[in-house]
Amino acid sequence: MATASVQPAVHEEDNPLVAGLERLPVRPTAITIFGGTGDLAHRKILPALYNLAHEGALPERFELIGIARSPHSDDEFREVARGSIERYSRTKPDPDVLDGLLSDIRYLSGSFDDADVYRRIAQTLQDFEEQDGQPLNHIFYLSTAPQFFPVIARALGEADLARTEGVDTRIVIEKPFGYDLDSARELNATVLDVFEEDQVYRIDHYLGKETVQNLLAFRFANALFEPVWNRNYIDNVQITAAEDIGIGGRASYYEHAGALRDLVQNHMLQLLALLTIEPPASFEANRLRDEKVKLLESIPQPKPREVGKIALRAQYSAGVSGGEQVPGYRQEEGVDPHSRTETYAALRLGISNWRWAGVPFYLRTGKRLSRKVTEIAVTLKPVPHLALRSEGSVGVTPNQLVLMVQPDEGVSISLGAKIPGPRLRIRPVNMEFHYGTSFMSQSPEAYERLILDAMRGDATLFTRNDEIEALWGIIDPVLTAWREDTRSPIRQYPAGSAGPAAASSLLLPGHDWRRL
Amino acid sequence: MNAVATDDNAAADVWTEQDTTPAAIDEALRELLRMRHAANQGLAPARVLNLVVVVDCDFKDETATRLRRVGRYHASRTILCAVQPARSALDARVVMSYEQPEDPAGFGLIHETVEIDVGPDHLERLQTIVDPVIVSDLPTMVWSPHGHEQTFEALSELTDVVLLDSDDEPEAPDAFRRARSQLHSSYVVDLAWLRTTPWRERLAASFDPPRRRAALQEINGLSIRHSAGACASALLLAGWLASRLDWDVSPLNLTDSDTFEGTAAADSRDVELRIEPVQQDAPGLGGVTISSDVGFSLSLDRGPGGLRAHTIRDGRERTWRVLGHSRGEAGILGEGVRQALLRDPTYGPALAAAARMH
Repeated sequence: MATASVQPAVHEEDNPLVAGLERLPVRPTAITIFGGTGDLAHRKILPALYNLAHEGALPERFELIGIARSPHSDDEFREVARGSIERYSRTKPDPDVLDGLLSDIRYLSGSFDDADVYRRIAQTLQDFEEQDGQPLNHIFYLSTAPQFFPVIARALGEADLARTEGVDTRIVIEKPFGYDLDSARELNATVLDVFEEDQVYRIDHYLGKETVQNLLAFRFANALFEPVWNRNYIDNVQITAAEDIGIGGRASYYEHAGALRDLVQNHMLQLLALLTIEPPASFEANRLRDEKVKLLESIPQPKPREVGKIALRAQYSAGVSGGEQVPGYRQEEGVDPHSRTETYAALRLGISNWRWAGVPFYLRTGKRLSRKVTEIAVTLKPVPHLALRSEGSVGVTPNQLVLMVQPDEGVSISLGAKIPGPRLRIRPVNMEFHYGTSFMSQSPEAYERLILDAMRGDATLFTRNDEIEALWGIIDPVLTAWREDTRSPIRQYPAGSAGPAAASSLLLPGHDWRRL
Repeated sequence: MNAVATDDNAAADVWTEQDTTPAAIDEALRELLRMRHAANQGLAPARVLNLVVVVDCDFKDETATRLRRVGRYHASRTILCAVQPARSALDARVVMSYEQPEDPAGFGLIHETVEIDVGPDHLERLQTIVDPVIVSDLPTMVWSPHGHEQTFEALSELTDVVLLDSDDEPEAPDAFRRARSQLHSSYVVDLAWLRTTPWRERLAASFDPPRRRAALQEINGLSIRHSAGACASALLLAGWLASRLDWDVSPLNLTDSDTFEGTAAADSRDVELRIEPVQQDAPGLGGVTISSDVGFSLSLDRGPGGLRAHTIRDGRERTWRVLGHSRGEAGILGEGVRQALLRDPTYGPALAAAARMH
């Protein structure tokens, strides 16, 4: 299978020294992390920056500012960052590289709505540029609680930090981008009142995963599948993102999010879009995102009366997971004992276009299910006429193509094969391909790829404003219906099970959920 | 056939036979795979690359150790042919190593190593020994670090990629001649070229901002410093700049201090070239300086945790560190194996320019 090549040749035309290099140059950059002492910075962003430094992938001049409310000195923040990197880096830190990365790190404390914080940011950036003797591109990375996103965006604008002549300024915004369609629109309006769309990088880290990018390679680098990739041959598609763990220490987040917002609105709908978009003319950021928006806008938004037929929610109850007795969701620490937040969500969607009209797309996600698996299963229609006898065998079943996303990445195709013996009896067999058997490279962390792309100005793997609104538009009617339904009991499924049995009610006749 | 524990805590199945045949080796590989798969269906053979290595028998263990240290860039099937004087029969050892998947529902990879002791007379007919043992449909890379030139001719029909190290040859011109000859029939991965990768990346980045791009047309001096054994790498780096910037190069003069000096013609100016050996602990390149006639110079020198950068621009000096972990020689060999699956169109022109300079 061909590898994905989704990054455009950013500077190759102009810089004669770039040809043939695997790693394209990144312009000198200063990154300002809002929420610099937060969990995401601790676990993901700082280790990703270290790994980029380790690989020699950071720009020749790179500066880092951390901002948070808690008071720290530069030295204290340096030690916090060192601890994060030593604990979470995927490569063992080289002390010289680590010292180099942290040697000039700065920390600014203050409230995100305090104009003085932004004056100090501007001064620090100016100091860096004087020290480095050249302008630096600016990246403002919003890794805070979502209620601060509009506050910070507005404050950056008021401090004249949204645009600086002669340098590129970008704002990276973590998920969740909005809480529903209205709040996403409002946040877009606030951000775009200050920044141009091409300065805004909305992160869905799922898109930074090699596995997800490989979907593009699978679809558009192989002629084998395209002829059957339509309503004439595909019977149904199931997208599953199952987790075997509970909510851990994330009760305060999860109680407000729920499974639909946590995974369906972003990751799973992105998988659906990449699986079903039309081939883009190129993998330039806007060409690919144009196709995704076109596809997402082709998914009919369910009407209120339809929600009960196409969507189902549930919560895990106490059960046995991995041989251990585990509590139900409402018994988890920090969770309201009467919580109506769903830990399982399933949907049946359709796509109203010529390629996909009539094909059901089933999505399901849940916590505390029997196993951890993310996959896309594409079931083809049965052969039109079966001359083979099926007596004495399992018989002929429709071909199924399964794109495995995690924990193992690969492709599995089920085929009908003759059972050895004197009679022509058929049973399905699997032809499996695992990416790990064919590539030597260790995949970089999604955050490394995304931070590098943001520094390079490549927005292909980030979500555009209209795309965000299209994603929310699909699930907003479901969220509204569930929010307004305060009386129906929330279905329960035992922890460690495959989910609620009632999820089968979403399926069209003749369809079954794949076994997890 | 025995199952053993290997030194890296992985397990392995081993088969050995003296006075054996390629057909027996092939059969052993199939049988080991069948047995291991029957015992654990979660194990699958890696299918990336055949790597055929031909070495002197005295260096067999050392080469095997080097190959083990390449880490994650291990070829999926390695065939190590050790040439032993006066040997007439084939002895072989097949090691099928694997790690049990951490997740019982996950899968683990199997890597295969075939060691074959051969005699000098076998080399001319090496294809008949190797062909039955490689995995069909996978690219085959051939590495012969101790000479044995007949290896390449014997394996020419099987070879997709030749791995070589131009720094290994005592004389750079011989190395370049050999590499250019191989380029006619195969893709060449040259470890000497890979030693220049971080330097090429950093030079490309230094001139990437549009306001600095024009300075590429003002360069009037290039100085490259290298360890005693990396003259070919230094010439390849100079050749790369010459080929990318359309400099017309001619043979350089060799001074008493083993320094190459000369000029290249670039548009309406000359570029002074200097390639000199320096004392340094690490093998490979030690530094590069690019200067221009408009008051700009850039030096990059090897240092702890990356490259020490020094610029003079408009009379003002600045020094800083460009971060990056040194890959070491094991990392470069691993990168060489990985490069078998890629194609770099700039090596050929850089090699041609380097050859013209010596």
